[in-house]
Amino acid sequence: MPCNPHRPAPSSPASALLFIAPDEDATSRLGAALAGVLESGTVIALVGNLGAGKTRLVRAVAEAAGVDRREIRSPTFVLVHEYEGRWPIYHFDTYRLHDVNEFEQLGAAEYFASAAVCIVEWADRVTQLLPTDHFRIEIKTTGDTSREFRFSATGPKSQRLVTRLAEALGSTRP
Amino acid sequence: MIDEQLQVLSSVVASQTKLHRRFGGVVPEVASRAHVQQILPVIDEALRLAATRLEDLAAISVVTHPGLVGSLLVGLTAAKSLAMLLGIPLVPVNHIEAHIYACRMQAARDVFPAIGLVVSGGHTNLYDCPEPIGFELLGSTIDDAAGEAFDKVAAILGLDYPGGPAIQRAAAAGNPKAFRFPRSFLREAQRLEFSFSGLKTAVLYEVAGTPPAEYDRKALAPQYVADLAASFQEAVVDVLIAKCRQALAARGRKALCVGGGVVANTRFRERLATLAAEDGIEVFIPPLSLCTDNAAMSAVAWELLHRGQTAGLDLDVAAGLVRKR
Repeated sequence: MPCNPHRPAPSSPASALLFIAPDEDATSRLGAALAGVLESGTVIALVGNLGAGKTRLVRAVAEAAGVDRREIRSPTFVLVHEYEGRWPIYHFDTYRLHDVNEFEQLGAAEYFASAAVCIVEWADRVTQLLPTDHFRIEIKTTGDTSREFRFSATGPKSQRLVTRLAEALGSTRP
Repeated sequence: MIDEQLQVLSSVVASQTKLHRRFGGVVPEVASRAHVQQILPVIDEALRLAATRLEDLAAISVVTHPGLVGSLLVGLTAAKSLAMLLGIPLVPVNHIEAHIYACRMQAARDVFPAIGLVVSGGHTNLYDCPEPIGFELLGSTIDDAAGEAFDKVAAILGLDYPGGPAIQRAAAAGNPKAFRFPRSFLREAQRLEFSFSGLKTAVLYEVAGTPPAEYDRKALAPQYVADLAASFQEAVVDVLIAKCRQALAARGRKALCVGGGVVANTRFRERLATLAAEDGIEVFIPPLSLCTDNAAMSAVAWELLHRGQTAGLDLDVAAGLVRKR
């Protein structure tokens, strides 16, 4: 992997990208931008408290990737949903799991190794089972409808996604 | 084990038996290895309780969707093996539609055409059910299921898991009008969908402020929690009842079949009774043993069998809900 000397090292805080969404429409625009830069094989770690809008962001990405909107919903109970879009999407939720072993038993490794986009809600609970190079999105509630999204990379592949997302958002920012 | 008159001869749920204790605490459906270990003992137990032999079976029914692929595959493989060895038909069943069919079993007479609502931890689905099989999905939740909202709001309020019974207990001493919480799509009669995520977040904002600050869940005043629980519960039930009414009107149906674990909620039952009385609608609710997840409601397999809707040994699982195959 060629190294660009002008880019900060992967996983350093400086490589993070911020996006402020004043309302849900902005989250939809963000989802469209994300869907435009994602590639199969990507694992996205979603981190944020109850009500932060994790499922809402997955909906935005999946809809933009052509998934039937009726199929997209919270996987908290079913643990993983599969959607057919531009790429297959595996939508995980670890909220109900007791420990990382249960996530492992779910077959996480096989899902991650597939040619799909994997999105994991409450990913901070299963960090050690995520691929070393994953795309991390932290969501913070900043107001009734406003959210702050922080994108960061943990390796060269996710760093490339952060860069491409920054470009995509730069050209569509309201 | 169900006979042709839809009588349940035996019903065994692995997570409720001593078989499950060894896996205590594990989210049961995750453990496909545990499924492998339990499926034969469960089949044996079902045969024993029904005083039936394998050779006496007329057909094998199996859920092929929705669910976790690993768990579904264990059941499907066992069902295929039995069907092949015994030379009997294999009947694929949709788990959610079976929840509605539980109403037919309880009623012991035809209940269709009807509107069907399945409301549980994982699902909130409205169907038009012109006949015992072949239901049309009218709409479902676009985010959290109703039962999931109960669990998550219980967590926000520092109440126990599962949240359904905990919220109901707390709500008994509360004022359902104390807080005005959102009721998504309530007046959009054409939109037969549900959304409970905004309601959950509204409860969080009330408790923790906007943006939410850290708070001590165990330090919330009991009356405050009771009022929040009652107001939340009323909002969920308002929406469920309104969407049933709108679906009944849209399709001109006079019967409503309700299934899934949230049916255990007494406020929801009260309001269903009111709906029945006010609108002249027949409301069918199965006993709790047929509302929570169980295999007996797969009695719908008899309907499929009579219509020749059996499957070959190349049958596969479909983990997704409305996936086109």
